[in-house]
Formats: sequence, C-alpha cells, structure tokens
Amino acid sequence: MRTTYTNTHARGELAVEAIALEKSYGTVRVLDGVDIRMPRGSVLALLGPNGAGKTTMVRILSTLIRADGGAARVAGFDVTSERDQVRRRISVTGQYAAVDDLQTGEENLLMVGRLRGLDRARARRRADELLKRFDLSDAARRRVSTYSGGMRRRLDLAVSLVTEPAVLFLDEPTTGLDPRSRHGVWQAVGELAQRGVSVFLTTQYLEEADRLADQIVVIDHGRVVAQGTAAELKGRVAEQRLIVTFADDARTIAVGTDGTAAHVRALLDELDPSRSLISEFTVRNATLDDVFLELTND
Amino acid sequence: MTEALTLTARCLRLSRRQVDAVLTSLLLPVLLMIVFVELFGGAINTGTRYVDYVVPGLLLLCAGYSSGLTAVAVCQDMTGGCMDRLRSMDVRGAALLTGHVAASAARNLASGLLVLATALLLGFHPHAGALQWLGAAGLLLAFIVALSWLSAAFGLLARSAEAASGFTFLIMFLPYASSAFVPVRTMPAWLRGFAAHQPITPITEALRGLLLGTPVGSNAWVGLAWCAGILAASIAASGYLFARRTA
Repeated sequence: MRTTYTNTHARGELAVEAIALEKSYGTVRVLDGVDIRMPRGSVLALLGPNGAGKTTMVRILSTLIRADGGAARVAGFDVTSERDQVRRRISVTGQYAAVDDLQTGEENLLMVGRLRGLDRARARRRADELLKRFDLSDAARRRVSTYSGGMRRRLDLAVSLVTEPAVLFLDEPTTGLDPRSRHGVWQAVGELAQRGVSVFLTTQYLEEADRLADQIVVIDHGRVVAQGTAAELKGRVAEQRLIVTFADDARTIAVGTDGTAAHVRALLDELDPSRSLISEFTVRNATLDDVFLELTND
Repeated sequence: MTEALTLTARCLRLSRRQVDAVLTSLLLPVLLMIVFVELFGGAINTGTRYVDYVVPGLLLLCAGYSSGLTAVAVCQDMTGGCMDRLRSMDVRGAALLTGHVAASAARNLASGLLVLATALLLGFHPHAGALQWLGAAGLLLAFIVALSWLSAAFGLLARSAEAASGFTFLIMFLPYASSAFVPVRTMPAWLRGFAAHQPITPITEALRGLLLGTPVGSNAWVGLAWCAGILAASIAASGYLFARRTA
C-alpha cells in the first residue's frame, strides 16, 4: 500500500548537499558560504537564532528562491537546473501554515491529492488515512479556521505527506505550539524518519534538535558555526558549568569548568579575589543551551 | 488540465464561503438596478425607456465589481503561505491564475443572471432572438474573462489585499464615464473624447443593440478587439509579474 503514494525515488547517497551557498538581500548577507551534507534517510536539524538564515536555506533547497552563489542538490538533483525533478521528490511545510482557512481539513487534503496527480478514489483513501494518522478524523469536515494552532500544524504536515516525499522540509515546525502539540509533531516526525523519509528541519529549540536529529548544524549570521551529533556538540564546550551568584545584586554568571574541586576553587578565587562578592555557587552539566549560546555569541 | 480544474473548484469554494463578498455581489446588482431605474431614471432622458437603456451598463458594472474581486483573491494567495506550497509542488502559475479567472467567470454568471432577473421585474423589455442573446452572452463573457485576467495581474502587482481591492474601485468607475448610464453626447467636451473611446462604450452599445434589436454597427467588433487586447496584455503582464514575484 505504502509504495502507491511514494514519489519518484531519490538518487545518490545524499538527500541534501549544499556547497558554498550564498544569498544576499540588498547589502545583507543572509547566507555566507554554507556547506551541508545530509545522508539519505537521516534527520538533520538546522539550528540557529532568529535571522540566522534558516528559512532562506529551506527556501533555496526547496526551489522557491535561487541562491546567488554555490550549488545545491536535493534527492540527487540540482535545485536550479533540475528544479522540476526536485519538486517531484520534496514536500515543504513552511513557518506559516499553508492550508486554506475556508476549506475543511478534508478538502485541503483532497485538493492536494488531486494536484499531486492521484485520482479521485486514491486521493480520498489517502486523505482518510492521513486524517486518522494525525488524529484529525473528528475535525475532518470542519473549516480550518476553527482549528487550534496544533491541529493546523498537524494538518499542514499531513498535507505535505499526501504523496510521501523523498525529502521533507520543515521550517520551524513547532514554533508557537504548546507542549502537547509540540510532542504530537515530534512523534509524527519520528515516525516519518523510521519509514526512511529524509527530514530537513529548522528550529530554534535545542531540545527539538536533540530529540529528532541525527545531525545538528548550527548556523549564525549565515555561516555554519558548528555541526555534529548532539553529544559531539556538547563535547565541544566544557562539560560542566560553574554558576555563581553575586551577593550585591543577585546576578548570576555561568563559567565552563571540568568540575574538579581544584578548578572550581581556582575559578572562584579568580572571580572573587577578596572572597566577599560571591554568595553562592553550584556546578551542573552543560546543556545544549550552553553550547548554543557559546557557539552563537558575537 | 486537472490542475486548473482542481484550482477552479478551490477558488469557487473559497469565494462561496466569503460571506461578506457573496452578500455584496448579490445585493449590489439588485440595489444598483433599483437606484438607477427607480431613483435616477425618472430624471434622465435618453430617448428610450431608461430601464431598457441602463441594463447593459449595469451588467458591465456588476461584472466589473465581480471580476475585480479576482485581484483580492490572487493577492491573498500570493501573500499567504499557499503559494509556496503550490510552487514547491510544481503547480504552474498559469494553472493557479486560470483557476481564479474561471471561478470569476462562474461568479459573474450568477450575478449577471441576477441583474437580468431584477431588470425583467422592473419592466425591462428585451427584443432579442436566440442568436442575439448568444452574441450578448459571448461578448459579456469576453469582457469578464479579459477583466478578470487584468484583475489577476493587478493582484500580482499589489502587495496587500487592501491595495488590490482598490482595483475593483477603479474598474467600477469606468462605466460612469461611458455611454452606460447617460449618452456620451450629454457630457462636457473634455470628457466626451475619453468616454467615446474607452472600452466600456462600444461594449455597452453592442450589448444594447443586441438586447434591444437596434443596429449594432461596428461596436461589437470594436468591443471584442478591446477585450482581446486587454486579455493579451494582461496574460503577458501576469506571466511577467508572476515570475518576478516568485523569483
């Protein structure tokens, strides 16, 4: 059954390959030579603060805009010279839900099924299947304008899976969602990855990247500042944090440390030679947030 | 082909569900008919019964309003997230715009019938045979399609739905400066030149001739030529604008 809805297959070993991608808007350099290699069947998270160039990256890879320089291949095809081939193999879910508010969930799914070349009967079967899978069967005949943010995201995701893509692009799939809806989206992405769909997602949330991705690429100001698995990235910075609180204004700062008593003692002495300024300290393991803040600092 | 049909069905569903727009396009023909025939009509001397004189003009006015809505709909699609999805699915811009234009034609059919029904109730007496009716319908359809494409091009040009709706206003003004409501000869000289040579006048005159059984002359061909010109220019412009918007 599943193959019925699968798009034409990808070729090559890489789902996404970007080489020195550049893009400027006016004088603003949004992408400044980005290289990415994402193996087929894996999940890659492009992590970065607002304005880092994440959306631009997705738009170039999904053939919506052209890069000024560099090259990119998706599912084995060049995004510029073989654009049509790429489009047949991808789906994109943008930051803003791309479903019609005035149509019902079911109508949105049926419409996309027809546009994807399914006949009426198959479009209907597929819509029912997806509504069930994304827990939207009860809301199928309601207009999307009555949906909650989480339902809308799930529908958006369902719509992008009407024919199963070789590469799925998700631009900040959980931004603005409550924790429950976020978990729903994570679960759906996890299932897709298990089925072998290559997923390229952008996120500002480290937890999300940690949960979903095989590989994390951190970008800032249009450049790759780090990449690797979550564990590798954590290994890039000191494993422990010394958190000290100052007595006068209760300000806290975090400092990297190896966690040994000797190092902690030395750090405390360095920060507070008179031994009167620091009121408290704790030592904890570094989180991905620490890594992120350290890597994307100006 | 399936693409264009699917998108036409979508546009029709969407426009049917915009309650305010539906109400306006249903009320507008009826209200305008009453205003022109019952309020102004008594004071206007066109040499014929005013209801007979004004029907072609009102058909064009309502068609103008309804076609103008295409600009808003196209603009909304361009500024929302839908466009990105459709493009990444390799749906052609032409199919999307065709969907909008076809939906506009269908909307117009409904509002045109309403204008006629109201006109008949108010005493409109057409003298047209089957061929003349067919000719009038064909000319009106050509006008609607041309105007809807023009409207679609404006929708691609406008950056917001509010700006796009300004186009509707512009289109609705044109019939006033034509022979739609008063004869051109009663206008001041500076306006007469414009009124006689803008597309609404020959189309109105041709429709009037066809519906009332009076001589049509060259008006039908001049009108059709205008429609063809507007259509060709609009399709070319929207192709260019679409490519520019989505570059």
